[in-house]
Amino acid sequence: MSHHLVELIELRHTYPDGTVALDGVTFTITHGEAVGVIGANGAGKSTLLLHLNGYLTPGSGEVRIGHSLLTKETLPEIRRTVGMVFQDPDDQLFMPTVFDDVAFGPCNMGLALQDIEKRVTAALDLVEAGHLRDKPPYHLSGGEKKRVAIATILSMEPSILVMDEPTSGLDPHARRQLIRLMGDFHHTKIFTSHDLDMVMELCSRVIVLSHGKVRADGAPREIFADEKLLAECRLEKPLSMQGCPVCGVNS
Amino acid sequence: MSTFDGAILDFKRLETLASGDTTLHRLDPRAKVIVTALFIMAVVSHDRYAITRLFPFFIFPAALIAAGNLPLAYIIRKVLLLCPFAIVVGIFNPLIDRTIVLQLGDIGISGGWLSFASIIVRSTLTVGTAFVLLALTGFPAICRALEQLGIPKLFAAQLLFLYRYIFVLTEEAGRASRARELRSCGKKGQGMTSFATMVGHLLLRTWQRAERIHVAMLSRGFDGSFRTSRKSSLGSNECIFIALWGLFLVTARILDLPKLIGTFITGGF
Ligand SMILES: Nc1ncnc2c1ncn2[C@@H]1O[C@H](COP(=O)(O)OP(=O)(O)OP(=O)(O)O)[C@@H](O)[C@H]1O
Ligand SMILES: [Mg+2]
Repeated sequence: MSHHLVELIELRHTYPDGTVALDGVTFTITHGEAVGVIGANGAGKSTLLLHLNGYLTPGSGEVRIGHSLLTKETLPEIRRTVGMVFQDPDDQLFMPTVFDDVAFGPCNMGLALQDIEKRVTAALDLVEAGHLRDKPPYHLSGGEKKRVAIATILSMEPSILVMDEPTSGLDPHARRQLIRLMGDFHHTKIFTSHDLDMVMELCSRVIVLSHGKVRADGAPREIFADEKLLAECRLEKPLSMQGCPVCGVNS
Repeated sequence: MSTFDGAILDFKRLETLASGDTTLHRLDPRAKVIVTALFIMAVVSHDRYAITRLFPFFIFPAALIAAGNLPLAYIIRKVLLLCPFAIVVGIFNPLIDRTIVLQLGDIGISGGWLSFASIIVRSTLTVGTAFVLLALTGFPAICRALEQLGIPKLFAAQLLFLYRYIFVLTEEAGRASRARELRSCGKKGQGMTSFATMVGHLLLRTWQRAERIHVAMLSRGFDGSFRTSRKSSLGSNECIFIALWGLFLVTARILDLPKLIGTFITGGF
């Protein structure tokens, strides 16, 4: 399943105003890995993810998805492989109703009508938003928007799932639900988050970004055990690894 | 400004109505687009003083509203919102064209006033019917129909983006002005300077957001042509719809129906 490979080589990105957001990022993510990208505000996480579906073009360096270099020619194919959930769900929802929005991807894939209907229903059920299907997206609450935005990607059944802060703005139940849902997704998944417990729970690998560079790359347990690293990158141990403040028992 | 924001959101309701499920909603968008185009041509091509001759044309939108289960009051409110534009277009006619063309007792009505009234009636008819079409079909489906009817793909796509863009712009405007209002503590918000920078910001933000939405569309397989999840084909329902309304529109255009009915009634006695 090599087409689920994600490879970045010496990726650099400078915004037009001169901000160096990525400063030589290199890593390879193989099929089926669950990778959490963490780091302080402004570390370059969103910028990194936006390169994966070609929204931003590298200043220098390469992005490869499944062995093909990201170029103008391969872009449409790559965008179909990489399902991307943006940080702001308002960017993702543009159709008149939730149903139409979730159906937009499957429609463009040229599926038969019954299949579209089936996929939309399944995707909406996964995020528990079935009851919202006839509502216009701009009348939803923030968390509902987020869930629908995730459904619009799930309905396309992508082979690589990329999410920018998927749990921000979700209520605890919806967060739990999303973690379960992402656990059930067995292809490659890459997401950024400040929710370190979720990262701990879901990821087989963590990449720590700091000032546009990869500061650390490894198993979550090792990374979260390195207190010096965490302090330098404005991070903390996940709550599940901290001692219990009530009974005073250290984990 | 927040009411302005509300008015736009309310506009979006037109689109939500399009997910209704009446026979008219299920009709192939092409049939509705063709008949609406015929309708607009028939209305617009009347001579500039026509008023009473236009009245039979109200039957068309009225019938669609009734059969499509659309909220009449809402549609009327939306049409009224655009009325000022029609008034601006026609307001100089009474000043320019002062020849008396109609004598009602002692009062002579000038051609200018007649053509002004005619412009109002015409714009009410065309704008109202366009809204009804939108509420019965939805904009993406209309674009798709236009494309199928032979309008270049690129043009149809641009039409859809233009439409989306207007909403993006007004949403951004609504948010920015709300933020400004809340932080200006009931004062005028530092007047023009902050307003000017806000407008500049707004254009940049809108542009960036439109671009992100475009990428969201592309990453979901959008390739410039529109597909809708509603199945439709030009069947017998569509043919009947086009034929009947076509016949009505042509008749109403050629014959002066109100006059005919008038002479029929007065001649009958
Ligand atoms: N359009 C832009 N123009 C200029 N600079 C930008 C732009 N977008 C982001 N930046 C800058 O690039 C850096 C990285 O931003 P990025 O959005 O990737 O951060 P992030 O890691 O996602 O942060 P957060 O956790 O707050 O989402 C920041 O210093 C930011 O100020
Ligand atoms: Mg970010």
